[in-house]
Amino acid sequence: MNMPRSSWPGITLLAISCFTCPASAQVTFERLRESLKEPQNWLMYSGDYAGRRYSLLDQVNQHTAKTLIAKWVYQTAATGKFETTPLVVDGVLYATGPDDRAFALDARTGRPLWMYQRQLPSDIRPCCGRVNRGLATLGDKVFLGTLDAHVMALDSKTGNIIWDVAAADYTKGYSFTLAPLVIKDLVILGVSGGEYGVRGFLDAYDSNTGKRKWRLYTVPGPGETGHETWEGDSWRTGGAPAWMTGVYDARTNQLFWPTGNPAPSNRGRGRAGDNLYSNTLLALNPDSGKLGWHFQFTKHDEHDWDATQVPILVDSGDKHLIAQANRNGFFYVLDRTSGKLLSATAYGRISWTGGRDREGRPIAKPEASPTAKGHTVCPGALGATNWMSPSFDPQTGLFYVSARDQCDIFSTAPQPYEAGHAYYGSAYFPSEEAEPYVGALRALDPSSGQLKWEFRHASPTWSGVLSTAGGLVFTGDAEGNFIALDANSGKPLWHFQTGGAVYASPMAFAVDGKEYISIAAGSSLYAFGLP
Amino acid sequence: MPSHQSPGLAVLILTVTLAVAMLAFAADPRNPFAGKQRAAKAGEYEFRINCALCHGLGARGGGRGPDLTTARKRHANTDAEMFQIISNGIPGTAMPANGTNGQGVGMTDDEIWQIITYLRTIEVKRSAKAMGNAAHGRQLFYGDSNCSTCHMVNGKGGRIGPDLSGIAARRRRDALIESIRKPSARLAWGLTEPTKEFPQEYQTVTVVTSDGHQFKGVTLNEDSFSLQMIDTSEQIHLFEKDQLQSLKISRESLMPAYNPDILSEHDLNDILAYLENTAAP
Repeated sequence: MNMPRSSWPGITLLAISCFTCPASAQVTFERLRESLKEPQNWLMYSGDYAGRRYSLLDQVNQHTAKTLIAKWVYQTAATGKFETTPLVVDGVLYATGPDDRAFALDARTGRPLWMYQRQLPSDIRPCCGRVNRGLATLGDKVFLGTLDAHVMALDSKTGNIIWDVAAADYTKGYSFTLAPLVIKDLVILGVSGGEYGVRGFLDAYDSNTGKRKWRLYTVPGPGETGHETWEGDSWRTGGAPAWMTGVYDARTNQLFWPTGNPAPSNRGRGRAGDNLYSNTLLALNPDSGKLGWHFQFTKHDEHDWDATQVPILVDSGDKHLIAQANRNGFFYVLDRTSGKLLSATAYGRISWTGGRDREGRPIAKPEASPTAKGHTVCPGALGATNWMSPSFDPQTGLFYVSARDQCDIFSTAPQPYEAGHAYYGSAYFPSEEAEPYVGALRALDPSSGQLKWEFRHASPTWSGVLSTAGGLVFTGDAEGNFIALDANSGKPLWHFQTGGAVYASPMAFAVDGKEYISIAAGSSLYAFGLP
Repeated sequence: MPSHQSPGLAVLILTVTLAVAMLAFAADPRNPFAGKQRAAKAGEYEFRINCALCHGLGARGGGRGPDLTTARKRHANTDAEMFQIISNGIPGTAMPANGTNGQGVGMTDDEIWQIITYLRTIEVKRSAKAMGNAAHGRQLFYGDSNCSTCHMVNGKGGRIGPDLSGIAARRRRDALIESIRKPSARLAWGLTEPTKEFPQEYQTVTVVTSDGHQFKGVTLNEDSFSLQMIDTSEQIHLFEKDQLQSLKISRESLMPAYNPDILSEHDLNDILAYLENTAAP
């Protein structure tokens, strides 16, 4: 449903307030590329193309953080996990809620401007909740990927639908949950559905018309390089979805996109081979979708260790690196020009590997494979981290990641493929042998992979991390706290009980010269600021 | 007029018949797979994927989800009732509606019926009568064995440990025996988000306040910054962690291990007989 603006009783007030705010200029590709020049805005999911989730704002800092207060709370009244990271463009905040709702708020007050609610069919196939993680923006549009596998452009002033295209057949398990990424005039997004035996892909759409410009299947078809890494016809249902937002290097025009698990997730029998390009970091040309290099983190995965975690571009002297804290428990640093692995260091509890291949990549022990009876492997199925965003702070030079130490019993069972039907070939359980799960925010030195500090949570969290030029790191926890920590030491400086578990990654923005930090928690969106 | 029924009456009879038939159908939709071995096998795999996280492998109870192998279940006994519960969940408990637990994917109706078919194949009938003497078990529970110091049954007893009213409908006998003989065993189990409502199940906590007072008890709740606990004299305490001199949380249960030299097999059986005769709260 698209609420007509005239139905708002506050229309007059809105009109007045828009006279007082700066005329919002169009969001251009140049603005996206130079997003650090306007730290008051948050123009894309990870804040910048490098994926750093770092804000240059420093009004909220190590001295002032203890005085932070809630400035406003926006209640969605929606149930289910609220995973959004808002965008802020010139005083207007754009975000999404569960069930593919998109909305725009006055970023100073949290008062709504418009709301769009997708009318979803009753038989959609979300794997892990009816979630959405956010929007992308260009010109006067915001872009939404939906649970019924559509891609949409909405008018950023009204929420009206400008175009709406079906990308795939949702009844076969395809869906979108991620925030798209805009590069030049293209809207780029990857599909979810690794639990349904989809054939994963990454798409690019013309931002003006919705016409699809290219598609890269993440499971190569007959005749394509990599096809030989699949047994028989297993490639047809091979998974390798691309359900988190990628990053971009404008200097070299390289797009980097991570992919997820091969399907069925916990049964390797029947899909012998490396199963490219599952659990892989792809480097590609965003104009054509043509693949450059690729690096597969977990070959022939049998533990559902999607490699979809947001990677981060890090420059160190003349070295152009890309770093990822992977769900399999290793922190990887690659040369992003060549795709060559430079280091892989464990940052969480692992038991699945005992050795490395010639490139230095950790490889699975044969005995880590799930069995019919089941046995314990670390990390567990949810991984040493998951989709919650990490952050890189160029001031401290540290990489921050929400980690979980957890082991699960992995078992496997034969399961025939049926279109649109859950396709795991397996199950997992908390291990009775293992210690209770540990959750911690860990600060890693990317040059060595070494742990600099950690902040222990009461239990593992699904909150991502934001770092700021104020010398702070923000994160949330499963118990409902939103927390500011000293970025150098991990010492907690401030916290606020939101009343709902955090399943989102924080961001920062400023309006009228005042800094705000925002996080989704429970079913509400919060903005904190100084008194 | 006996020669023919009025059309009105015929319509009424038809309507009533239809209504009764529909009511019967609504109250007892048939399990299309009842008794079918292949469906039970498929149901076993579906169970592993969707249910075993809480209810344990083989449905024998997972520490937080009840044992489902007992023939008499607390919330549902007919296939139709089980279908309703799996579809819609149980409000106020950790049992989610189908497809909403945030981890797995939802099941189709057929898959739910297959799971029910599977559960029917693994039910264990309780022996006709509990082996022990329930009346003596009750005496021990409230007397010499000191169970009621911490545990409540039907509104009578202590508050520190779990309420045991109707426990035998939710936990198998061997699980109850383990909980009595080795009470710390299950505290070591991992925790996951679907069960976040019960995060600190009966962990033992010992705090020393800034003025030197020591309290020992179990956690009611805890986050990174605060602790809520009930002490052994059933007082509730609310602490800011950074105000405490010390805080120690252990996954050793406060409950003593009732070894055979403390509680004989005979007395254990009597207590179990008593617990098997208590009603659910």
